Amino acid sequence: MKQFKAKIISNRKIAPEHYILSFKRPEKERRIEPGQFFYVKISDSYRPLLRKPFSVHKISGYSIEILYKTIGEGTRALSKRKKGDILDMMGPLGKGFDAVRRHKKVMLVGGGHGVAPLYALAKQLEYPAVPAGRLSIFIGARTKDHIVCDKKFRRLGARVYIATDDGTRGHKGFVTDLLTRKILGSRDKDTGEGRGKGHTAIYACGPKEMLKSVWKVARRYGIPCQFSLEEYMACGIGTCLGCAVKTQSGYKLVCKDGPVFDAKEIVW
Amino acid sequence: MVKKRPRRGTTRVPQKLKVKIGKLELENPVILASGTAGFGREIREFLDIERLGAIVTKTITLHKKEGNPPPRVVEAPWGLLNSIGLANGGIKDFMFEQVPFLESLRIPVIASISGDILDEFIKLAEEVSRVGCVRAIEVNLSCPNVIHKGTRLPLLAQDRTAVEKIVSTLRKTTEKTLIPKLSPNVTDIKEIAKAAEGAGCDAVSLVNTYPAMLVDIHTMRPRLGNVCGGLSGPCIKPLALKCVWDVHSAIDVPVIGMGGIMDADDAIEFILCGSSAVQVGTANFVNPSASLGILEGIEQYMAKKGIADIMDLVGAAKA
Ligand SMILES: Cc1cc2nc3c(=O)[nH]c(=O)nc-3n(C[C@H](O)[C@H](O)[C@H](O)COP(=O)(O)OP(=O)(O)OC[C@H]3O[C@@H](n4cnc5c(N)ncnc54)[C@H](O)[C@@H]3O)c2cc1C
Ligand SMILES: Cc1cc2nc3c(=O)[nH]c(=O)nc-3n(C[C@H](O)[C@H](O)[C@H](O)COP(=O)(O)O)c2cc1C
Ligand code: FES
Repeated sequence: MKQFKAKIISNRKIAPEHYILSFKRPEKERRIEPGQFFYVKISDSYRPLLRKPFSVHKISGYSIEILYKTIGEGTRALSKRKKGDILDMMGPLGKGFDAVRRHKKVMLVGGGHGVAPLYALAKQLEYPAVPAGRLSIFIGARTKDHIVCDKKFRRLGARVYIATDDGTRGHKGFVTDLLTRKILGSRDKDTGEGRGKGHTAIYACGPKEMLKSVWKVARRYGIPCQFSLEEYMACGIGTCLGCAVKTQSGYKLVCKDGPVFDAKEIVW
Repeated sequence: MVKKRPRRGTTRVPQKLKVKIGKLELENPVILASGTAGFGREIREFLDIERLGAIVTKTITLHKKEGNPPPRVVEAPWGLLNSIGLANGGIKDFMFEQVPFLESLRIPVIASISGDILDEFIKLAEEVSRVGCVRAIEVNLSCPNVIHKGTRLPLLAQDRTAVEKIVSTLRKTTEKTLIPKLSPNVTDIKEIAKAAEGAGCDAVSLVNTYPAMLVDIHTMRPRLGNVCGGLSGPCIKPLALKCVWDVHSAIDVPVIGMGGIMDADDAIEFILCGSSAVQVGTANFVNPSASLGILEGIEQYMAKKGIADIMDLVGAAKA
């Protein structure tokens, strides 16, 4: 059964609107993949009524962490839950990142709370899967208070690039500006050619508009991309057909076929 | 099926939970509502589905339907707004992909069907009638998320003549228990229910979702990709209860009630208002095993009240 009662180990504020909730790992679940999500009943009341989905942020032998941003009723209520409280959870649900292919260079792109699943992925990609210094993360947010996890990624040996909409930290503008610059920089200076197929891979999570522009850049340079998508959910398990995204082969379900999709599958 | 008797030594009063809907005998009155449990496959990982009375399938149409543009579901105060748009694989997919699994379930399957024109309803009823495990047909006349060509009104269930015509024709098409599913969004639901009864149905299901919408004030756009959708969940319970109450007093065939049933107390309210069986919809999303909790709660209530037969509760609320 993928439904269990999770005991909260801690629920701490890491930025003005960001929290990390840690709960005891469900005993029976041996395999939890980065990119999968837990579907959480936040309170017993009917407001909010539905469960809310959160990606796996960190996996350890004893506990699971999720990182969330308070944006509405559910996430605000979640921020008030205390150590020792019990949460009803379903999960891990969905299909995670395919991180088996070995690329010389891996670029992670996270917009807003999109960094959440990328950290679990980065941990999995740690040396030797990706040689030291070959992992970079591009974090974009509205303002400096919304930049989270940069230190954690640095500790993993990743290069961190930051962009904010208002320029309060890092590059002023889009995170994809930095990504494009980096991709161009890694190309042969004289011929402008890339390093060949399979050299670089991109994994991203964030607002649709951001993903769309990441895909534009990546497609131009032939870099494969895996995106973790978000869509409103009702059931979380593939019965309601609510979380549909348009793909080249018709609608697919974020909760069951995803949340991770190959970018070239998506109809943008 | 083998009758379940209480084990020797237990002092529990034997309870009769069996209900009869047309020719269909259900072990208990708790049913999974159309569109909220798919074809049973996924929810089975979370729920011992075979302990329930029955499952209603997602509505099946003649041809595959892609469904409406996203977002298709969004949270509403105490409820859920959806505009799935009857996305389904069509009758062929049902017959080849879903039936083998449904046949393996040891509970009755109620096939939900819907069409644009009468001819489609007939073809669908003929097809699903051939399937052994399909013990009844729920005729969805009330989905707010699709446009029907057969009537000028937004919903078939709003058109008394259309309801009469579809039900009476299907009555001649199939021997299976026939259950039209009605919309609450009508001037007088009693009139529609009477028309369906007159046309020969075995029972009626109500209610489907209430047409509704929500707007995002930041983007200044409707929250659903399809602009409008159907509202379900606890916010519609009192409205749905009134429909059941009204219809129960107006017709003689059984009423299958639903609309915001989240727990056993809600279900008992529906039964007291005249539901012979209840369907659980949105609650499956909140907790995939909610229906079993509801069944157990009904049993406990009967034990506490000393009620031996659930039929004694049906319509027991008195004005
Ligand atoms: C697979 C998946 C993984 C996710 N992982 C994380 C995570 O790791 N960390 C995290 O902080 N969040 C994550 N989310 C998003 C998170 O589920 C939503 O922020 C949360 O459901 C909001 O609930 P709420 O009740 O606080 O806000 P609501 O009151 O529901 O909404 C507040 C505002 O946010 C918008 N909104 C809410 N949910 C969505 C959505 N899914 N897509 C677009 N807009 C939305 C609404 O339009 C509204 O304006 C994930 C979503 C999905 C689908
Ligand atoms: C996501 C969703 C999909 C639905 N799909 C169907 C459907 O295909 N056919 C149908 O007759 N009713 C459908 N319904 C309506 C339900 O079966 C039920 O009538 C309604 O939701 C009210 O019950 P509830 O409040 O318990 O959910 C759907 C409801 C929801 C929320
Ligand atoms: S949330 Fe129901 S199908 Fe994905």
